[in-house]
Amino acid sequence: MEFTRRDTLALGLGAAALTVLPFRVAASADDKIAEFTGGADMKSEGITLTAPEIAENGNTVPITVDAPGAASIMVLATGNPTPGVATFNFGALAGSQSATTRIRLAGTQDVVAIAKFEDGSFARAASTVKVTIGGCGG
Amino acid sequence: MISRRDFLQASMAASALVGASGFGNWSRLAAQQALTQDQLLQFDTFGNVSLIHVTDIHAQLKPIYFREPEVNIGVGEVNGKVPHVTGADFRRLYGIEDGSPNHYALTYNDFSALGKTYGKMGGLDRVATVINAIRADRPDAILLDGGDTWHGSYTCYHTQGQDMVNVMNALKPDAMTFHWEFTLGSERVNELVSGLPFDSLAQNIFDAEWDEPAELFKPYKFFERGGAKVAVIGQAFPYMPIANPGWMFPEYAFGIRDENMQAMVDEVRGMGADVVVVLSHNGFDVDRHMASLVSGIDVILSGHTHDALPEPVLVGETIIVASGSNGKFVSRVDLDIRDGRMMGFRHKLIPIFSDVIAPDPEVAALIDEQRAPFESTLSEVLGHTDSLLYRRGNFNGTWDDLICDALLTERDADIAMSPGVRWGPSVLPGQAITREDLWNVTSMTYPKAYRTEMSGDFIHTIMEDVADNIFNPNPYYQQGGDMVRMGGLGYRIDISKPQGSRISELTLLKTGEKLDPAKNYVVAGWASVNEGTEGPDIWDVVETHIRNKGTVVVEPNTSVQVVGA
Repeated sequence: MEFTRRDTLALGLGAAALTVLPFRVAASADDKIAEFTGGADMKSEGITLTAPEIAENGNTVPITVDAPGAASIMVLATGNPTPGVATFNFGALAGSQSATTRIRLAGTQDVVAIAKFEDGSFARAASTVKVTIGGCGG
Repeated sequence: MISRRDFLQASMAASALVGASGFGNWSRLAAQQALTQDQLLQFDTFGNVSLIHVTDIHAQLKPIYFREPEVNIGVGEVNGKVPHVTGADFRRLYGIEDGSPNHYALTYNDFSALGKTYGKMGGLDRVATVINAIRADRPDAILLDGGDTWHGSYTCYHTQGQDMVNVMNALKPDAMTFHWEFTLGSERVNELVSGLPFDSLAQNIFDAEWDEPAELFKPYKFFERGGAKVAVIGQAFPYMPIANPGWMFPEYAFGIRDENMQAMVDEVRGMGADVVVVLSHNGFDVDRHMASLVSGIDVILSGHTHDALPEPVLVGETIIVASGSNGKFVSRVDLDIRDGRMMGFRHKLIPIFSDVIAPDPEVAALIDEQRAPFESTLSEVLGHTDSLLYRRGNFNGTWDDLICDALLTERDADIAMSPGVRWGPSVLPGQAITREDLWNVTSMTYPKAYRTEMSGDFIHTIMEDVADNIFNPNPYYQQGGDMVRMGGLGYRIDISKPQGSRISELTLLKTGEKLDPAKNYVVAGWASVNEGTEGPDIWDVVETHIRNKGTVVVEPNTSVQVVGA
């Protein structure tokens, strides 16, 4: 648990923000996805998103996306005020269609990765990353 | 032809029979007051490989009383499954007779009375005797330490883990993994680990900056035993920087990393491993979940959640062994490894009854040597207790009730918080409380007892957050502790609800009023994971309180109402 007054306030604000954000943010993430896929169906195979279950530090969460054969991969932090994280584009000569980065998460939320393939098909992977106060581990 | 799966299940049943008959025997013999070391150690050596598992010793060099939990709720897919079975239900499940030694060792009921009958458990000198006996049967048995070894006592704190390292080295482990060790700080951990005469294993300890495997901790180690190649993969506690102060070991990152676990299993299989053993500090539910997702693991030696199970739990083709805590038990697992596969196993959870198993003289002398410089401080009597003092349980225990009471009184607070850790032995009614007893339940490297103001709303947020770390239906989101203990505050918890709506009816006990979300309250607590926390050490706060009381009485705690379990 976190207990100092300063952090207490910060967390209190974070929690308050979270209660307000999801509706607006979810809509915004959906808009981004619709824009990227043009509303096409998405498979669940063909893309791997690796993210921690619980973030050690919500300010810098390591994630990896991997989608063999993808032309581009879009990453969204659906609970952030600005859900767009990055879109990775892979050229014809790319040795692998994989990328690793660190992202900042405003609170517990789903991280979503969507791959666009050469044939115009799409694949989606999502992972819930928990941002917690912590403490009290036995 | 019998499939591997069938074979495992068949041998599981056989193991259960051995276990059940063993248990029955002990009960009867105990009734005659005739429990002997030979009976506790009896084991028909099986197969060609033996594993010995100890875990979560929490620096308990000497025998202790340790009451197992009354409340241990499982959520989601594990509701009602072991280890979330306690008391009489646990005894019925394993055929343990009421009033028997195993009743006392494995369940909470009648603990004070049975504790007087059967005495203390554990003691690393007794553990040494058991290990030596197994090695007499199987000289090349592999001894594996699941971690939480260098934490939890006065002597361990004052020697920064050196007492435990010295004594464990005498037991000659073959490998170890980690959790609370890291709260010694990374510099000390690096120093101790570098000097160990055995391997420090963890596939999930990474360099925080580069997110690459940390050099000091190898992911796995091969052992050639009985003509078989045994691969042991380490798994440290995944949530160290979250559950414990990450600022003490900023160079390291952890996590479950089950995709890397799968890669390591595949790698060792590719290198010719005939059997794959995971030495884990995940906690039982996380191990059970991991076993369902990662293929190719034969045995998980599970630690962290302090569960003691008389039989392994089978998940697919993986057996999970849980060996208790505080030195109360040693698990022996014999494996039959042939043709690159585990063909069967035999298992025994050996209870360390300290009055039955003779101490190993060499290790006993070594333990005394570690304690000698501190002996007069350790044995100083602070007060007495009329109540059984214990900690384990999802919501409260009398030790934490006493600690919260000390915080409320000595720090003049409205509300007290004590962390839901699972370590900490018990003290029987009528006994003296020594400084050693107090340190056994408070010793840690971040002991400052803070005093601060928090709004009612924020107190609620903390409680929701901690509750989700225990009762999230997905085990991968659980951290393996118990609920934060609240002093001066009553509440209702609905386990079945999602985060944010589990906790309700927060009541300030001293006025009987509902907690006002907008109002600030004075909160006293300890074990904050924040750097720079200020206040007296918790053991000094509680010592003063016990001395002022003289004799401690802890009334039954009825302030938490649990529903949805």
